[in-house]
Amino acid sequence: MKKIHPSEITPEHVYLNRRQFMIGLGALTVGLALGACGTTTPPAGSVTPDTTPPQAGAAADELGNALTAYDTVVSYNNYYEFSLSKEGVVPAARNFVTSPWEVAVGGLVRQPRTFAMEDLLALEQEERIYRLRCVEAWSMVVPWVGFPLHQLLALVEPTSQARYVRFETLYDPEQMPGQNSSVLQWPYVEGLRLDEAMHDLTLLATGLYGKSLTPQNGAPIRLVVPWKYGFKYIKSIVRIDLVEEMPISAWMRAAPQEYGFYANVNPDVPHPRWSQATERRIGEAGRRDTLLFNGYEEVASLYAGMDLRENY
Amino acid sequence: MARPRTLLLRVLVHGAALLLLAGLAWAYWQGLLGPDPVGELTRRTGRYAIIFLLLSLVPTVAAALRFRDLLRVRRALGLYAFFFTLLHLLAFAGVDYAFNLAQLARVIREDPRVLVGVITLLLLLPLAMTSTNAAVRRLGKNWKRLHRLAYLAAGLDVLHYALNFKELRILPVLAGIVLVLLLLVRLPPVTRLLGRLGSRQPNP
Repeated sequence: MKKIHPSEITPEHVYLNRRQFMIGLGALTVGLALGACGTTTPPAGSVTPDTTPPQAGAAADELGNALTAYDTVVSYNNYYEFSLSKEGVVPAARNFVTSPWEVAVGGLVRQPRTFAMEDLLALEQEERIYRLRCVEAWSMVVPWVGFPLHQLLALVEPTSQARYVRFETLYDPEQMPGQNSSVLQWPYVEGLRLDEAMHDLTLLATGLYGKSLTPQNGAPIRLVVPWKYGFKYIKSIVRIDLVEEMPISAWMRAAPQEYGFYANVNPDVPHPRWSQATERRIGEAGRRDTLLFNGYEEVASLYAGMDLRENY
Repeated sequence: MARPRTLLLRVLVHGAALLLLAGLAWAYWQGLLGPDPVGELTRRTGRYAIIFLLLSLVPTVAAALRFRDLLRVRRALGLYAFFFTLLHLLAFAGVDYAFNLAQLARVIREDPRVLVGVITLLLLLPLAMTSTNAAVRRLGKNWKRLHRLAYLAAGLDVLHYALNFKELRILPVLAGIVLVLLLLVRLPPVTRLLGRLGSRQPNP
């Protein structure tokens, strides 16, 4: 099966703009326009750098926050499997093999299934511009490409016992030298409550800026949960299990008093060692006040009646 | 005390400090500090400050072991430590926080890293202010007592450095080891022992 790059799939608004443009011209030369989309076949092999130029459907998020530059998004990365230093990730991840890739989805589901990356890229990909707030109190605005996690979950049909979703990163110390260190227990594990996983904001990202994910950004597929701290956005996922018990994430295991299961962005619940009240938008001077749920107020109902201080 | 050697030491200390400062200023204005220039500016000024603070403890320790030459650059090392600490504060409060007083007040309240940093700066302030020859004369014996605060400031600085990482990192641990070694040498029995070992060698 032919591998489809996310960049080959035109985001809806780009498509709509193009159509408006064409209608405006009164020239319905659809064939010509489709030809201009480009249908390059990626070369065979394990590492296929996506050479299409970075592009996004809008210049800002819904609150008017400008996108963080592509070069910044792909060069300022926390990915301990490759390096503890943000600048060290890119060189260490350069030759990371992301094709072929499979994601096994199982546990408490009626239709367990192993998806080839091609199957996942065949799902409709859309662009989502989200704010990313790291637990280290910096932030970015990223135009992700991907599909809502609930689409994948619908395909495997969780049983009524399923309460949580547990995610696992690839374990491959040969390729991921950081997995030889004992900073965290490997492989990296993350989890969501089922209702969080089913929320439409929750994305499985396969690209950003209209291009495939780079290794340093979690290629070929990563989680994006924009109202939670970035460490929840587990990268290079190989396993997704529906489970009954709350999964213990890698950071909960490493420092349970500092990192909880929920990790919802909350300016009023400081990390024990630092404030979460403000954030540095990478590339800006001066701090922005951090917003509850990172500004995604629509998720508040998921936590109605919960003590957010207890459930950090 | 050979004067050329003192001169060489002074050139080394001032040269290193000014090169670091010029390099950092150049990199900042040229946009060479990477994707997070504001954070990098804060981190680098902090790193230079702790390096000079630890270095400023070396002359006294060396003098206890009879290497007295370094005392000639002790004041310069200490003042550079204070200078880079001030730059660090300026980068943090002025560039990163853009002097937003409400945000700064809250971060001092909520952030132990920042609180420890502020205390360290407040400890260094009287030391910098009493670094003139006149102050040394005026304070007499008390000058020495007052300036022992440098060890406490260095300890807090190492803590401040370590707290900045999500997990235990090698650099703050190294800084801590250096500080502990310096303090160990200052313990009278250790100083005596090392002094005796040193005196066995014929003087050059």
